[in-house]
Order: sequence, then structure tokens, then C-alpha cells
Amino acid sequence: MGIIEDFKRNKASYLMIAPYMLLFTIFTLIPVVASIFLSFTNYNMLQPPKWVGWTNYVRLFLADKIFLKVLRNTFIFAFITGPISYLMSFILAWFISEFNPKVRAILTLIFYSPSLAGNVFFIWAFIFSGDTYGLINGWLMRWGILKEPINWLQDPNYVLWVIIVVQLWLSLGAGFLAFVAGFQNLDRELFEAGAIDGIKNRFQELWYITIPQMAPQLMFGAVMQIGASFGVSTVVMALGGLPTRQYSADTVVTYLIDYGTVRFEMGYASAIAVVLFIAMLLTNKAIAAILRRYSTD
Amino acid sequence: MAKGFSYSYKKVNRSVYGNIVIFIILFIVGIFMALPLLYTVVSAFKPLDEIFIFPPRLYVRRPTLDNFVLMFQLATNMWVPFSRYLFNSLFICVVGTIGHILIASLAAYPLAKHQFAAKKVINEIIVLALLFTPQVTYIPLYIVMSRLHLIDTYWALILPSWQMTLGLYLMKQFMTQIPDSLLEAGKIDGANELKIWWRIVMPNVKPAWLTLTIFSFQYLWNQTGGSFIFSENLKVLPTLLSQIAAGGIARAGVGAAVALFLMIPPIILFVISQSSVMETMVTSGIK
Repeated sequence: MGIIEDFKRNKASYLMIAPYMLLFTIFTLIPVVASIFLSFTNYNMLQPPKWVGWTNYVRLFLADKIFLKVLRNTFIFAFITGPISYLMSFILAWFISEFNPKVRAILTLIFYSPSLAGNVFFIWAFIFSGDTYGLINGWLMRWGILKEPINWLQDPNYVLWVIIVVQLWLSLGAGFLAFVAGFQNLDRELFEAGAIDGIKNRFQELWYITIPQMAPQLMFGAVMQIGASFGVSTVVMALGGLPTRQYSADTVVTYLIDYGTVRFEMGYASAIAVVLFIAMLLTNKAIAAILRRYSTD
Repeated sequence: MAKGFSYSYKKVNRSVYGNIVIFIILFIVGIFMALPLLYTVVSAFKPLDEIFIFPPRLYVRRPTLDNFVLMFQLATNMWVPFSRYLFNSLFICVVGTIGHILIASLAAYPLAKHQFAAKKVINEIIVLALLFTPQVTYIPLYIVMSRLHLIDTYWALILPSWQMTLGLYLMKQFMTQIPDSLLEAGKIDGANELKIWWRIVMPNVKPAWLTLTIFSFQYLWNQTGGSFIFSENLKVLPTLLSQIAAGGIARAGVGAAVALFLMIPPIILFVISQSSVMETMVTSGIK
């Protein structure tokens, strides 16, 4: 069947998708394609872009020491907070599933409410405030652990870790909800059959019965998690500033915002964006391969 | 349609030790999650002198509404009245959410239920786009917005929210559960696709609507406007929050009052729609 015939026959379908695809093209596809194109140019938004080939990428990896630092920070976020919050989402959802529906609903709300509350993470700025009015400093000093307050958000030794904590606090998102829902819809008979077949404890139950059944939800959770952990930026800028002291907690995204909005080196910023996007795609492919192998066993 | 949600499977193989471990872990994580929110609530009701107490307290001795009064006063002195920020936020949330639900479910129906050549490709693009954080295209997005003259209008926040992939994806997944026989019955009665969508599909996906409402509202309500909104009279509540929070410790109480004001609507909305959200998320898996 030719493309034109397909279109004629399914005109209604295509017309219904059209408004969405139009917006998607304008606000997602075009920007992605433009990013890739701009990454090979010098562009300051005033003069037209000038083609420079791989120059931006060469500079990024060979000449830009700060980029390597923010790359390291990003990988710390992606490979520490990512897996921790993924596991946390899954384990909490698993624990919650043991309770009756009312308690389960309340626990789900408690764990999900930081994500709902969104911008409220600024309260962490007061908790980790650098003076004695900060909750953490205040407590540590009262207990005699600290003599002088620590400037948590300005000291390059601490700010990355503080932001990891806040990011973990915020990280139980749509993936967590998918897990909670997934646990409720497992095939009950399999557990009874499993018990007869000699499954002894809930860990075996989880490993042999639950996880294979939940592979699709686990994949969804992974995709959402990758986006969230590679995209860490709002919290960094709100708590540490733009840029953070000595770039100690800057990520690829804040670095590209720095280049894009402060220095107006759009071509360079776009190269940063492309590198990030490729890193996300590769991680996604790796996780998909692992989950697929496990779930078809 | 959706499998009954509230059953819990027969509990076998459960040990007391396991239960204790679960309680302890849930308790610790629960405290970690709830404490900052609790601290926000408590701080919002603290009088000025209690904010400056050393060591800082997690409770309030003499609760007061001063912070809320001050919140309105401060906002009034900030170029535009508080009601304007509130109106802006509500307008963006309502128009953004309604548009998102309509456009996403209109596109989701054929993607879930029709057969056509581009379907597979579009579905794959959407899964890929789920991965995507919008910050990555920050710069070209700004250029696109400014070419379309959307900078400094409500639409700079509303239009991108209409194409959020998560909403379309969840809606599409949920729609695949609608029995084909139901749609065929509509066709036999002579309804066209648009009518089938509106009369048969939409009433059957109410849980998905509510879920999209939650996600869309939550996203829009927390939008700061970033570099797309400059006019003071178009700014939204989170901007007000960040302006007040920038005042440091002296403004901690007012900041907490604004934060409390901001976090309540999405939480209430979630409480109301939680069971629908769960019903929708059951179908969220990527195969």
C-alpha cells in the first residue's frame, strides 16, 4: 500500500493526530534538529550562524576543563541519584503494596507529595542555610557536632551532596506511581502457585514472580528516571546559584543554560545539549537491553 | 475495563522480621519526605521572633497568620497585586490543562485504535520523547518562541504544555483497553470518527483525564516562566515565591506562607484523583 493511499484511507486518523504533531514539531522536533545543526556553528543570536564543523565538540572535550567537571557532576547525579531513586521508588512501592488500600493511599501521598509540591524545594535553602538559623547547622551545633556553621550551599565540598539529597527528595515521580499501580495488578494466582512450587519468602516472590510481570512498568520507570536524572538543573540553580561556586555542582544542563543565556554562545551550548542527548539515548538503550534480557528469561 | 484495583493478593510467605524491616524503612523514608513539607507548614505560622530562635525548632509555639498578611502586603508593593499573580497562574493552568487533554486525547485515539502506516513511527518517537528533558533544547526553543512572537505572552507557557509527551502516552496506553466492539457499535450506528472519539472514547477514559489533569496542572502550576516571561503583570506565583525567598532568612516566614499556598492545590487535586491516577498508571508500561 502506497503512502498516498494509506493517507487517503486513514484521513480521519491523520487529521486527529495533526494538532498534536504540529505542536510537537514546533516545540520539540524543530528545537532538537536546530540544536544538532547549531552545534556545528558559531552563533550569537545577532549574526547568522557560521559553520565551523566539529570545532565546538573538539573544544568541549579537549580544551574545556570545566565541561569535564560538569560532565562528572552530571554522571554523579545520573549514576548515583538515578539508580538510588529508581530502586527507592520500586522498593517503596513494593512495601506499600503490602498494606490495605487506605493506608496505601496515604503512604503513596506522603512519598509522592514532594514531587507534587514542586517549587517548594526552596525550603531546603532554609534547612541547609549557611548561618545558625539553618535547621541542620542549628541542630549540629546544639548537639556539639559542629562549632561553627557550615556554609552548605556555597562550600564546594558540600553543595553537590546537598543537591543530591534534595534531588532524591524530589525524585519519586511518575515512575513511582507506575510501580505502585503495577504491584496492585499482579496476577494473584501466580503467587499461590508459587507458594505451592516452593517459593519461601517475599524476596523470592519478588524476584521470580513480581519483577518479570512488571517489566513494562520497570521500563517506563527507567525512561522517566533517565530524563529526570540527566536533566537535573532547577534544584542546582535554585540552591547553588548559576554557576555554583567553582562549578562544584553544575550539571551539563546548567552549563548549557550558562553558555546560552549568559554568554550567548549558542553554537557551543547546542553542542553541550547534543552530547547530553546522546548520553541519555545510550543509557536508555543499555537499560532496555538489560530489562529485555531479564524479562524474557 | 480496567482490572479491579483494590484487591490485595493473598499473603503467603510473610515473616514478622520482614514486616519490622519494612516498617522501619517506610518510617525513615517517610520522615525524610514529610519533614521539609512539615517544616514549610510550621514556618508559615511562625511569628518573627520564633524564626530567629536558636536552635531552630520544628514546631511553633504561638502560631500566627502574620506571614500570610505580610505575603499579601509584600505582593501588593511589588508592582502588581497578589490577585494578579494568582489570576496568571490559574489562567495558565486552566487553559493549558484543558487544551492538553483535548489535543492529547484526540491524537491518542487513532494511535491506540486505528491502523495506519505512520502509527509505528509516531509511537516510537513518543516513547523516545518521554526520555527527553525540555531543558536540553532551551536555546532553539527560545529562538522558535521569539520567531513566533510568543515571548512575553501566556502562550509561551501554555502551548508547549499542550504537547507534553507523558500525557499523550498515558492517554494512548489507557485507550488501548477500550473494547473494539464498543467502537464498532458506534460505527454501525453511523457515527464518524470524531463523534466516536467524543461520544464513546472520551467518556470511557475518565480516569486518564484526571491523571492528565494532575500531571498538567502540577507542571504548569510550578512553571516559573523562566526566560519566556518578562512583564511583571504576566508573572506567576512561583516567581513571586522566588522573589520573596531571595529576601533570605528575614523573609523565611513569608516564603513559607507562599510555599504553603503553592503546594496545597496540587496535593488536594492528587488526593481527589488518586484512584484514577493509579488506574491509569497500570497501563503505563513500555513493552
